[in-house]
Order: sequence, then C-alpha cells, then structure tokens
Amino acid sequence: MKTENLLSPYRALDLCNETGALCGKILADLGADVIKIERPGGDSSRRLGPFYKDIPDPEKSLLWFAYNTSKRGITLNIETKQGQEIFKELVKSADFVLETFPPGYMSRFGLDYEELSRINPRIIMTSITPFGQTGPYKDFKPSDLVALATGGFMYISGDPDRAPLRFSVDQSYTQGGAQAAAATMIAFHYRQMSGQGQHVDVSIQECFVTVSFQVQSHWDLLGIKQRREGVRTPRGKIKPRNIFECQDGYVSWRIFVADQGIKTIALVDLMKEWGEIEPEVENVNFARIDMSDITQDQLERWEEGFAKFFAKHTKAELRREAVKRDIMLFPVSTTKDLLNDEQLQARDFWVNVEHPELSAYITYPGAPFKSTLAPWRISRRAPLIGEHNTEMYEEELGLTKEEVRLLKEQGVI
Amino acid sequence: MTEKGQALCDIKFLDFGMSITGPIVGKYFSDHGAIVVKVESKERIDISRTYVPMAGNIPGINRCGWFDQYNTGKYSIGLNLNRPGGIELAKTLVAWADVVSDNFTAGMMEKWGLGYQDLVKIKPNIVMISMGLFGQTGPLARQSGFGTMMQAAAGFTYPIGWPDRPPTGTSCPYTDFIGIWYAIVAILSALDYRSRTGKGQYIDLSQHESGITFLSPAILDCTINDRIVPSMGNRSSYAAPHGAYRCAGDDRWCVIAVSNDEEWQAFCQVLGNPEWTEDVKFATHLGRKKNEDELDKMIEGWTSRKPAEEVMLKLQEAGVPAGVVETGEDFHKDPQLTHRNRFVRLDHPEMGVHVYEDSSWRLSKTPAEIRRSPLFAEHNEYVYKKILGLSDEELAGLLVSGVLE
Repeated sequence: MKTENLLSPYRALDLCNETGALCGKILADLGADVIKIERPGGDSSRRLGPFYKDIPDPEKSLLWFAYNTSKRGITLNIETKQGQEIFKELVKSADFVLETFPPGYMSRFGLDYEELSRINPRIIMTSITPFGQTGPYKDFKPSDLVALATGGFMYISGDPDRAPLRFSVDQSYTQGGAQAAAATMIAFHYRQMSGQGQHVDVSIQECFVTVSFQVQSHWDLLGIKQRREGVRTPRGKIKPRNIFECQDGYVSWRIFVADQGIKTIALVDLMKEWGEIEPEVENVNFARIDMSDITQDQLERWEEGFAKFFAKHTKAELRREAVKRDIMLFPVSTTKDLLNDEQLQARDFWVNVEHPELSAYITYPGAPFKSTLAPWRISRRAPLIGEHNTEMYEEELGLTKEEVRLLKEQGVI
Repeated sequence: MTEKGQALCDIKFLDFGMSITGPIVGKYFSDHGAIVVKVESKERIDISRTYVPMAGNIPGINRCGWFDQYNTGKYSIGLNLNRPGGIELAKTLVAWADVVSDNFTAGMMEKWGLGYQDLVKIKPNIVMISMGLFGQTGPLARQSGFGTMMQAAAGFTYPIGWPDRPPTGTSCPYTDFIGIWYAIVAILSALDYRSRTGKGQYIDLSQHESGITFLSPAILDCTINDRIVPSMGNRSSYAAPHGAYRCAGDDRWCVIAVSNDEEWQAFCQVLGNPEWTEDVKFATHLGRKKNEDELDKMIEGWTSRKPAEEVMLKLQEAGVPAGVVETGEDFHKDPQLTHRNRFVRLDHPEMGVHVYEDSSWRLSKTPAEIRRSPLFAEHNEYVYKKILGLSDEELAGLLVSGVLE
C-alpha cells in the first residue's frame, strides 16, 4: 500500500521563481503533488548560482536544486492563449496556485484570483511579491538587499561604525516562501471547513518587518531607535561581548553574573583545571556580582581574560567542554561545521538525494520537523526542464503526441 | 460547517509556549480565530514578560513588548503544575484541546507527566508539537540557550559581517523566526491528516534543524564545491554596486543593487551621467566588480548629499532596486506599510494605546483579527468555568489551594 503523506491528496501549481520556490517545496516534501510550471527554456532562478561543480548550467543550479525538491516540472507559456487554456484546465484539479509575478501580471492574462476562482471556487492562490499586491511601493524593483533594508533588519545588523548589513546568504526568499507556506495552510484549513478558497497576498518586505519586530516595538513603546551593536548586546548600562575569536574561528559566549554566574564560574573552573587561568578572572566570584554594579571597563577586562583562553582552543574542544560542564557556549558555525555537527548526525538530519543524470548522491538539509506519522521526505530531486511534460500533457490531459509537438513548435510548452 | 468566521475558528489550542518561538506560533492561531489557552504560573511566568522594552520603561509583567505582541488574543490562565491538582487540571485541558504546543528543553513536559505518551492516554487523536532548541533527542537535546547563541549555532551569525572583522550576526533572535513557519504548516497538515485518518500525532521540531533549511543553497555549495560562504559585507558576486550607501542626516542609509547593464545605465542617468560613470572600467559588470571599492566611494559621494528617501524614490522611478534602511521611526512613516495597515493601534489596560502588528500576509476572505494580549491569569474564570465547566465551588477550592496562581 502506498504510504499516505501529510498532504498527499492535494495538488499545487507552482509558478514561483527563486523568491517563492521554498513555499512549494514545503508542501511537496509533505507529499503534495507540486507541479512546477516554468516558461519554455526554464525558470529564471536556474541561471543563479551557486552551481554544481561551479559549472554554470540551467540544470546545475544549486539554488534550483535546494528549493525545488519533490516537485514535478513542466514548461508552459502562460502568456499565450493556448497556454492560458491549458493552465485553466490544470486549475480545475488543483488546490493551490503559487506565484511570484509582479502585481497585475496574472490579471493581464486573465489568470488573477477572481478569474481562477470562477473555474475552481476551492482554489487557494498565494501571491508572493516584494511589497504586496497593493500600495505605493507595489511596483518597486526587488532585491534581497532591498527587502532586508526596508524590512528594518539591516539597521540592527553589523558593526556600529560601519554600514548596516544583510546576510551573505539570501534570506528574503526563504522568509517569503516559508511565511507564504504558513499563510497558505491557514487559508487551506478554512477551505477544508468552508469549501471556499481565497487569495493570499504575501509581502516580502513585511516578512522582514515581522523578523525585526523589536525595531518597531522599541520605537513605539519608548521612542528608541534600536541600532546595530556589532559583537556586543546591550544589557542595561553595559554591553557584554557575545562573539569571541577562538583557534579555528569564533564562539558565541558571554559573561553571566548573579543567578546565572555559575555558568561563568564553570568556565573559570575549566581554565583552572587545564592550568590556563588568566589573572583578570582568577579571583572573581561571578555569582556574587550584580549586573548593575559592573562598569564597561571592568567587564571588558574580564572579557580579555576569557578571550586569551578561547584563542588557544578550537570550536569543537570548547563546545565539548561546554556541554559537559553546562557552560553556555556555542560555536559560530560555518556550513562546514554544520555538516560535521554531532547533534545533527545523531538525529539523522542530513539526507542523500539521488541525481541520476549527474551520477551522484547529494547531501541535503533534511526535515524541518519530525513527525510520528507520515514523515517529511524528499521524494525526488528537483525537476529537469520540462521533465514531466509527457506525463502531464499526454498521460493526464490526454493530448496526442502530435498536439504536443505543435504546442512545442508554437512556443507554448 | 461554518460559512463565515475566522480561518481557524474550530481549533482549540493549548499553549505551553514560553519566550518567543512557542508563543508566536500560538499567536498566529489566535489571530486567525482559534481559541488559544495560554498556561503560565506566578512561579513560572513566561520569561518574555521580563524582556525589554517595557511600555513607558516601567517594569511589570503585563507591560513587555515581546510578550504583548506574541500573545495577542490568547486566554491567559494561571496553572501551577507543581501544586497538587495542577497536573490533573492540565490534563482536563488536554482533553478539551486539539493541539498542545510547547518549546521547553527536552524532558520538561515528561517530568510533569504531560509528554506525548501521557497525552494520548487522555486524548488519543491529540496533535502535539514540541519546539525545542535542538529537538527532543540527541546529545544536545537538553541544552538551553538564548536567541543570539542559537543564531550562531545554526550558521546565521557567520555570514553577517565584514571580511576584515569578526562576524557580528544580527541583534534579533533570527532563528526564532524560522521554525515557527514550519510549525504552523506542521500543525495544520497534521490536523488535516487527522480529519482524513482519525489519527493524531507528535511533532518534534528542532529550531536548529528548521533554521538550517534556510541555508540550503550554501549547504549544497559546501557539500559539492567545498566552499564556505564568507561574510562579505553587503557584496554579492552577481551585482555591483550592491551595498548600503550613506545618505544625508544622522546614520541614514539607502541600499542599491545593480545586477545588469540596463540597470547600470538607468542608475547613471539618475545621477546625471557624471564623468566618472563614463570611465571604461565601470562599463561592464566585471569591471564594476573589479573596481568596487572605488565605485562605492563615487556613489557615496552622490548619496551622502541626499536624503535616503530621495535616493530610493529617484532610483526606483528609473527601475533600479533601491530601498531606505528603515528604522523603527521609518516603519511608522513608511507609506507602503501604512497603506497595508501593517500597524494597528489598540488599547491595553496597562500599556495603554500602542501598536500591534499584522503579519506579512493578507487573506482576502478571512483577514486576521488582532486583539490585545491578556493580563496574567486574566481568563481564569472564563477558561475554568465556561470551557472546563467547573462550578463556583470547585473554582473557589482551586483558588485557595494556589493552583491558579
């Protein structure tokens, strides 16, 4: 018997480029039949890197691989009349339409929510755009950088004496895709209850306004403009450092005092045990010190003592002792550290996905959650361009080989 | 079935969430109409009630911005699990609920006899989700930590920084804002599965693991190409200029991203095609990448004399991606956010009239309805009498024994 997955009975038509691809992946890895609809020649995100073995090729984009797993793929030009007819035919049996076109694009081709809901009142249409479907910025040109800036994230990220920063790995697309998936499921629950679909309008700017809540809240409640603080985090009058250099990178740790001073003492004890105690911290009883009694100078003197110790040890060594002794210290993990992480290995986090045309198995991040029934799984690698055209057009829609050939000639598929 | 009403109005949600991750998930259920009962006790209040900012800078458990934002519309009860009768009372709530949610470190719910194995005995089709930092199993399952540290462990601190300095990460608890989206999807998928099969289930969500999925392309780049994405400031291999540029005023910035020749031409035109833009070394993407330091200096020469809003509007009008680096103050003036009613002003008995936020999504038929956050134990009477059907006498008895504090 076929194992039923959490979302097996449902189908999504996924028209998203890189800015929303994760939304469809989330549904697909839970078992939904997600059909990626690309324009003939392939989706624009296939041209974005990084690439498999650094070979730029639309079938080798790792960005494409990462966020299109478990989907089937067809090509279809919805800008043509025939393309629109075929799309509408597909909408009849679909539960979700996911799209990332500029506001107004779908309605230009008679494919907006009002039109699609006439064909299938149960359809849920999710639109993911840089600023949402309406408003004075709706037609603004997008970029990951623009989303993180206007979403308030950058102003609180980076060093205070330099420009605000973004992540060096795009995050607006993943936030957009995942928040859209959550919203889509909320609309879906209502659909299951009422029989009615609806339009879900997601703004990527607002995805980051959500993430940067504290920026809004400090201003609203206190009139404070929260700023970026670099490697330090303000706590009352002082700013403890929370990133330290170690032998092979960085660790995240800070001085705890008072009730939690015992965690700092555990580190002091380790330094003593290893014969590496530093004079700055040797005779300090961190459990008897109150945060409000510390000056920044004093704090930084202690931090220098700990910094000297960290510099002599590796992330792995420090973490091992931290877990053993309940010192609250974490590595500043790189992607490579994550791949070697014991906790992730113990939980079988990583999965190997076969790419037959590359004669390779590739290691992917695994389940975002584990469930006791119908677990998450990657059922197939991301589709090749038009990989399921025959399956979809001939087997499911019943077109003849000749009709498909004609559609290809006319640039429809 | 319900024709109108809220999207999640038929869901009963028992929320043991604390701090940020747990409460936010319950918040979205509540904002969309679910009945969410939030469990706390005086001995073990939601720690986010102690976080800054506090309204008016006056301390108080009902005045914290974080708690307030992430517990909107919930029914707050006092329920001390360490008092006699507390656990029994919690179990009656489990029998009422469709969903039970917690984000304690592994083992806590089991200690109270409220682990999934215990809950199924009370309600066989319950959907339970635990959202621990590192999940429920493995050597780190019982490790506790704060947002900034989790951010570091999950790989998000390293890629924020300058090449010549240690990475800084961000000031917000970034990984708290990843697992929550998966949690909402997981719960709603499990509920649909339950309505199809009659079976409930247990979901073990690790904030660490769900976080890492947001780095997937960088992970593949590492497994395939053995490359570690460095902190590159704001630079990108695909675009130049690509950065935040200082504008007129105190710490004002506008980002600009030019990723092709067409955008470059449009960009130069907005600047009035000054001589330096004609220099052949800036004529191609490769040239602009190679001379990026100089390029950035020239651009800042232009931006630093103009307000950030003007830089953004002029460039956007010409089709060049640009955006103000917004502050909390900017949010409230942002015409786009205003147009979309992102910020709603509601009254709160202790905090007064202040801002609550809508989400990043708007549902055309069942928009979220945001209601203020509850005071501690504000809904004892409603929950215990109306929902659980306890008599006045029973309630009085519980009050005396201190279980409801």
